[in-house]
Amino acid sequence: MATRQVSIASSVGLHARPASLFVQAATATGLPVTIAKEGGNPVDARSILMVMALGAKHGETVTLAAEGEGADAALDSLVELLSRDLDAE
Amino acid sequence: MAADAGQHSTFHGIGVSAGIAVGPLVVVTPAPTAPADEAPTTDAAAASATVHGVLDEVAKGLEARAAVAGDHAKPILEAGAMMARDPGLAMGIDNHLQAGKGLTNAVTAAVEEICTMFESLGGYMAERVTDLRDVRDRAVARLLGQPEPGVPTLTVPSILAAHDLAPAETATLSTDTCLGIITAAGGPTSHTAILASQLGIPAVVQATGILGVAAGTTVAIDGGVGEITVNPTADEVTMLEERKKRRAAALAGGTGKGATKDGYPVALLANIGTADDAQKAAKQAVEGVGLFRTEFLFLDRDTMPTVEEQTATYTAVFEAFGDRRVVVRTLDAGADKPLKFADLGPEENPALGRRGIRLGMIRTDVMDAQLEALAAAYKATGADVRVMAPMIATQAEAMWFAEKVRALGLPKVGIMIEVPAAAIRSKGILYHVDFASLGTNDLQQYTMAADRMQGELADLLNPWEPALLDVVALACEGGAAMGKPVGVCGEAGGDPALALVLTGLGVSSLSMAPGKVPAVRTSLGLHTREQCQQMAAAARAATNAADAKAAVLDMADPVLRDLL
Repeated sequence: MATRQVSIASSVGLHARPASLFVQAATATGLPVTIAKEGGNPVDARSILMVMALGAKHGETVTLAAEGEGADAALDSLVELLSRDLDAE
Repeated sequence: MAADAGQHSTFHGIGVSAGIAVGPLVVVTPAPTAPADEAPTTDAAAASATVHGVLDEVAKGLEARAAVAGDHAKPILEAGAMMARDPGLAMGIDNHLQAGKGLTNAVTAAVEEICTMFESLGGYMAERVTDLRDVRDRAVARLLGQPEPGVPTLTVPSILAAHDLAPAETATLSTDTCLGIITAAGGPTSHTAILASQLGIPAVVQATGILGVAAGTTVAIDGGVGEITVNPTADEVTMLEERKKRRAAALAGGTGKGATKDGYPVALLANIGTADDAQKAAKQAVEGVGLFRTEFLFLDRDTMPTVEEQTATYTAVFEAFGDRRVVVRTLDAGADKPLKFADLGPEENPALGRRGIRLGMIRTDVMDAQLEALAAAYKATGADVRVMAPMIATQAEAMWFAEKVRALGLPKVGIMIEVPAAAIRSKGILYHVDFASLGTNDLQQYTMAADRMQGELADLLNPWEPALLDVVALACEGGAAMGKPVGVCGEAGGDPALALVLTGLGVSSLSMAPGKVPAVRTSLGLHTREQCQQMAAAARAATNAADAKAAVLDMADPVLRDLL
């Protein structure tokens, strides 16, 4: 299983529009991607409800995980997305 | 009082928005709850497929509505569709199905788990709970083989029947397709009543009989007297149509200043809540604004609007009315309509808590910024600006406010009389200010100790209540003793019959939804001031609200009945 850690760059946290963009990108990978906060259970990254309920704030570190073909590349693209201030774009 | 299709019947509720309509009944179905005796799930895979299929139908329904919705409703409907298709929700439901829960109970339990997480996050997330529960209600209804709850899309002009309507539901109604509204609950000062009269849709509340009438039945509604006729006869429809014409003819009379038959002036003013309202109301034959609610500038904001932004809005409103008066009420917020930047925390009894001037005296920065902006807009326009504070109870509060307003060079300062204490001792309070305005909705709530939003208490909230009229009379006596005007800006002022009583009690101006002004103008013009005073005395002498209204209607010109 491929995993990555990344700190949330969006100033509002993983919320509202940034959360929606992230979920769309995770769904587009076609892989069962999960996201977890430190010490928390991983949740389905393709679920807007679960991702929003995670309540990941600006500066918090999350762990992404995925299995399957192209998992490393998929996670890299998601890490890149979360490293940007999506709210300012 | 159940009525089958074809069966004729008549019953009454409380008329809250005048006008007549005839049309087919569309019933707003209440949300069903998951039955406690539901069969447990034995085949989780089959159950899962059923639930996912239903969620997909819910999503498609919401998407179809989003496609034709306006800018405001569209994103809400799209977000709902996304929730219905959410894999996280589907997984939660599957877990409960595997544990043996029945279909609707599994959906309910999974949704509640997510709601709990959202609520613990607070703020924006907590508000999404309503959207998620809406998705749940739709899915549960479909699983039970019932129509989806809520207001259906009206394809032909119809009369809407519901137990009660949420403000959001009323707000999405259009006068093109919604001919009338009938609710079993709700009160005369509920949001449904206020919005319906603003939209000019005839409405009757507290009509419990409506729940027994089948969808599709032809119904006639008279929103003035609160009468509902199921399967009206051709003669009845003709009579109502004639009444509608007589009403239109009576209303066509004049656009001049408000006055009794013998020329005693009673200014007819508009209640407005936004700069957009101001533009619309300014085009009507009104003598100005009797209540400019300023809350819209402050609600749903994370930070206080700047003095510059407020000045620009106030200037636009003042300019729209030229030399006509604009009475501005300073911010009326409290625990029931909390401000993100001035929230004093939850209260047990928001209506009796730190709201209105009480909040203003704690958060002086908010009050000072608003008054500074009003003064700047006054200087820029030279308009007839009159500033008043809500929820005044004591002379000390009135004095505190008057000093602030006058120090900024604003020409006139007043207070709202909503608290019985201020009505009882209006003479002393009016010593400090130039005018008062009676907020009859809150004044009644506090006089009768009955929550405005509790439909079950509607009997205590009838504006014809003699106790309320006594309190209004006290306030007017104080005004007369000080030689200072006392107006009305509550819903009571927009009732063409009650307006006569208020005039008789000594009220100098009536402010209302602009659509109500023509009927009140006509009504005043049909009666002398002396008649109004006699009606006021008769209403106060009555033992209850119904008798007070009946006594006044007996004394009134017959044309008045057509205006109701």
